[in-house]
Amino acid sequence: MTVVTEKVSTLEPTPKTKQMRRRRDGTEKAGWLVRIAVLIIVLMWTLPTLGLLVNSFRPSVDSSSTGWWTSLLDPFSTDWTLSNYVNVLTSGGMFDALINSLIVAIPATVIPITLAAFAAFGFAWLRFRGRGLLFGVLVGLLVVPLQLSLVPLLQIYQGTGLTGSFVGIWLAHTGFGLPLAVFLLYGFISQLPQDIFESAYIDGASPYTAFTKLVLPLSIPALASFAIFQFLWVWNDFLVALVFLGTSSEVAVLPIELASIVGSRGEAYHLLTAAAFVSMVIPLIVFLALQRYFVRGLLSGSVKG
Amino acid sequence: MNRAVQATTSNERWASITRAVVVSVITVAALWLGLQFLSQDTVLEGLPPNASKLVQALIAIVLGVAGIWALFYAGNTMLESFPAKVRDALRPYLFVLPAVAVVGLYLIYPTVGTIVTSVTDVPEGESFFYNYADAFTDPEVLLNLRNNTIWLLIAPAASVFIGLGFAALVDRIRLESLAKSFVFMPLAISFVGAAVIWQFVYAWKPPGQPQIGTLNAFWVGAGEILVGMGILTEIEPIPWLQVIPVNTLALIAIMVWLQVGFAMVVLSAAIKGVPTEMTEAARIDGASERQIFFKITIPSIRGALLVVYTTIAIAVLKVFDLIYVTTGGNLDTSVVAVRMYQEMFRFRNFGAATTMAVILLVAVIPIMIINIRSLRRQGIGA
Amino acid sequence: MSNRKWLALLLVLGLVLAACGGDGGESTTTEADAAPGTTEAAPDEGTTTTEGGDTGTTTAPADSTGYTELDQALAGEFEGTTVDVWAQWLPESVEEANFIATLAPFTEQTGIEVNFQATPDYETALQVAVDGGNAPDLAQIAQPGKMHQYADAGALVALDFFNSEKLEAEMVPAFYDLGHYNDTLYGIYYKSDVKSIVWYPVQAFADNGYEAPTTWDELVALSDQIVADGNGNPWCISIESQEADGWVATDWMEDILLRTAPEEIYNQWITHEIPFNHPEVLEAADYMSDIWFAEDYAYGGNTYINATWIGETQDPMFAEGGPQCWMQKQAAWIGGFWGENRDFIAENPEAPQSEWPNVPGEDVDFFYFPMIEEEFGTPVLGAADMFVMFEDRPEVRALLEWLATPEAAEGWIAAGGFLSPLNTVPAEWYTYPNDGLSEMVLNATTVGFDASDLMPAEVGVGSFWSGMVDWVAANGDGTEEVFQSIEDSWPG
Repeated sequence: MTVVTEKVSTLEPTPKTKQMRRRRDGTEKAGWLVRIAVLIIVLMWTLPTLGLLVNSFRPSVDSSSTGWWTSLLDPFSTDWTLSNYVNVLTSGGMFDALINSLIVAIPATVIPITLAAFAAFGFAWLRFRGRGLLFGVLVGLLVVPLQLSLVPLLQIYQGTGLTGSFVGIWLAHTGFGLPLAVFLLYGFISQLPQDIFESAYIDGASPYTAFTKLVLPLSIPALASFAIFQFLWVWNDFLVALVFLGTSSEVAVLPIELASIVGSRGEAYHLLTAAAFVSMVIPLIVFLALQRYFVRGLLSGSVKG
Repeated sequence: MNRAVQATTSNERWASITRAVVVSVITVAALWLGLQFLSQDTVLEGLPPNASKLVQALIAIVLGVAGIWALFYAGNTMLESFPAKVRDALRPYLFVLPAVAVVGLYLIYPTVGTIVTSVTDVPEGESFFYNYADAFTDPEVLLNLRNNTIWLLIAPAASVFIGLGFAALVDRIRLESLAKSFVFMPLAISFVGAAVIWQFVYAWKPPGQPQIGTLNAFWVGAGEILVGMGILTEIEPIPWLQVIPVNTLALIAIMVWLQVGFAMVVLSAAIKGVPTEMTEAARIDGASERQIFFKITIPSIRGALLVVYTTIAIAVLKVFDLIYVTTGGNLDTSVVAVRMYQEMFRFRNFGAATTMAVILLVAVIPIMIINIRSLRRQGIGA
Repeated sequence: MSNRKWLALLLVLGLVLAACGGDGGESTTTEADAAPGTTEAAPDEGTTTTEGGDTGTTTAPADSTGYTELDQALAGEFEGTTVDVWAQWLPESVEEANFIATLAPFTEQTGIEVNFQATPDYETALQVAVDGGNAPDLAQIAQPGKMHQYADAGALVALDFFNSEKLEAEMVPAFYDLGHYNDTLYGIYYKSDVKSIVWYPVQAFADNGYEAPTTWDELVALSDQIVADGNGNPWCISIESQEADGWVATDWMEDILLRTAPEEIYNQWITHEIPFNHPEVLEAADYMSDIWFAEDYAYGGNTYINATWIGETQDPMFAEGGPQCWMQKQAAWIGGFWGENRDFIAENPEAPQSEWPNVPGEDVDFFYFPMIEEEFGTPVLGAADMFVMFEDRPEVRALLEWLATPEAAEGWIAAGGFLSPLNTVPAEWYTYPNDGLSEMVLNATTVGFDASDLMPAEVGVGSFWSGMVDWVAANGDGTEEVFQSIEDSWPG
């Protein structure tokens, strides 16, 4: 059987599909059925976003009186306009907000990963008293709603002068992101084959060395995957930035800038369409560029049943 | 002989302690100075503000990562100098405690404070459980809890189901990555962005006016065909976000739309991780695709299914922005997290707000226990 | 052992290093002027003291303003200091531009920098800032209820230093009173909003022979007329406003109650001396039902009311082929949202109102929301923004005092869209529609402040709003249940 499998895999680029076709009658139908099902789902998932995209190029009178698809069906009689985007992009703070967002997001991604990697390794491979409890508490904190932490933390920040500083928000995002980080990384690290460690220990390596020389390199996909999640979350975050960083132009991040443009009472509601897309672009780029890591990394241990 | 050995070990110990302390002190000093430097709104001379901020960020990254590393190194070095038993007993804590400490400040401390407030912020002369009694006898709160339950029953299951189905289907086609990208895209969108998108989907215009909402366009369009065929007498657009209880389902749909991408990616990777030998063997034995899927694949990815389900379940319990921005919690759509926000920031009832939070925490405990148990079965017991 | 000595040395070194680092100064404290707080300066003191080092700022006119710190500021005593001001008006918005423009003379004349921050998610942000000890110096507040909360929490500075006699004489009494809480002055009203107006399309009215009604009966008759003529629906009403759903409905209730019940009832309703669902209130609700839920009156029926965003309520008024709904009760800010005005303003934010596609006053005009029962006269429902003080410093006082003078309103009034609660603002400053509105306020028999802004938050921005949404969803049925449930939710 193994021989058969090997032969098959070396022969064809997509062995499974070919096998299916070869093995069964009517597989053509199944093939088409699968494709149609996939197409339907893809359409359902993309349609809403497409609607927003189209509307962002129309003046608000049109968006609120006719459906967005009418513009697609009748592109030449539509009043396409860039003014929504122009408004959003040229409002003075946009570029600064972009820089601020980057400044917040990158350290706020890198620092939690570092701490979490150490912790996840500790939980996964070292035995100690209270391991279960600490881990349970750490992961359990995943559920704490952010709003609760705001006021007590802000009072501490005031006392230490961290309000409105980037350091403050880096630490805050680290604190809020650690539970998920530890959870995901733990899942992966705990699934690494034990033999590697055993041979390392036999060779006299300390756990620390094992961690730095073995675990970390092997965990890069998991690290990268969490990095994407954390980056996305920090990039889109509004509340933490609002509370710990503030809204002055030196520190305002993108979601805050966009919220100001759109209006807390919806005054510039029609700018929302363009604003939403402007805020989406970078995370989408990040995701698309790092997609492969995602797939590999998120094996997160729980796979090999 | 022993004393000589002891003396040598003693010297070595001091040497390594010294080394460790040197590294620690330098690191701490560097971090401290760095912290001071970074927490001021200093604009480096001669650089435009953006550039100086970027420099600060760069320093932060370097200091942060290297600094943490150095501290661990120092700690580890110091531990090396202790007898083996002590060292092995303490070492795990070195790895684990920094993270726990940070989380302790940012999450545990406020949580404890929250619990305390919920039992102490009571009107004069009332018992500790006043807020809880108040909450559980308030019909609004009971409604919120009911809604949370509905969300919890439907959203995670739907997300996992669709995610799994899509992952399985897409596994067999050629443009797999492209298709997956489309389904993953919503994850990159913030909750507020999603709310805007779906407002255009659910929009309602009076009957007779052109529908601008995607869903109503379909609804009315399809309905009109049926009217033309005589099956229906009339069709009217539906205000999806107004009609109870459809509006809650409409909101759940948005959440599912957002979460399916996450489920799909994890489960797709999991499906790919199933050893091909097993499926090939089954296939050669004459098993149908369906049998293979249900009898081999799914059991093999049981762990992934559980992780995805619980992660989404937790996110569903916390859901707030989505509902708040779309319906404001009106017309029976409100959930506990929305109520908590209103109590905290609009009504400034800290007792009531913290009570809501504690209710959420308690609701999550069973989910958390299941999760940890399953992880234990897989990894932690290794 | 030498190792130990090294150890000790290193530890000491480390501590020294840490201590050095810890010295880094953090907060930028504004210089607090040491001028002793003098009691009110005599009104006709005409001295301007110029200090050495006063660099070329234009000195204010020789008369005192009547406010101590302001005089000092105008004399340049606080030059170089900064005041932080937060408000709900948004960046890049017309409002922000106007406020900044209106502040410019202050900075010019006093040398005090004003750091204005428009804050999204204002309520939350301000609250968190105050609770966390990070409040701004001055903040704009729309709801007196909020001011009470902050005062109760001890976060506000009592404005005892203020020349309250002068203020009382110069401000419309309703607004002067509302700035008080527990007999202490906490807030200075700055910008007001009149809600008792109904907008209508001028040309279309003329073409159809419709006239602006002056009594309730005429209003109803006009509505019937429009229905009978087959011209669509007479009323453009909607209340969808995301998390603030329903506030438009509360305005209607309040305006009607002012017209159908004595002022005492209105005030008792606010303070809960009478229950929320008092018979007078229910009677007002009936009047409201007569318009909102009468057949064919409201465009799109109750579904439209709940489903349509408040900026788009009146879109049918500007439909091609003639208005499909004809009257809209809303405050003057709605002008920027009429039909194509939205997009036009987005592309030309600086353009004056006269260039808008739908010009207020020409294409669309307003009439006073008619009186209902003659004995209650012609009341006006208004709301306003006040400024409260969180940090007490002389320059902050100076700015607050300045905001109580007509000069602080001048720039904004000129730009349009601003109504001042001061009666010292010269009428000729106002342009349409605020000239008419200002007169309306000054001639009103009663000025009622927006009740929902005054009620406790659980009701005013809680159950009152959501109750209205539920009431509309039920198409006006179950009035008693709705109002009863709002009454039940009253705290305490």
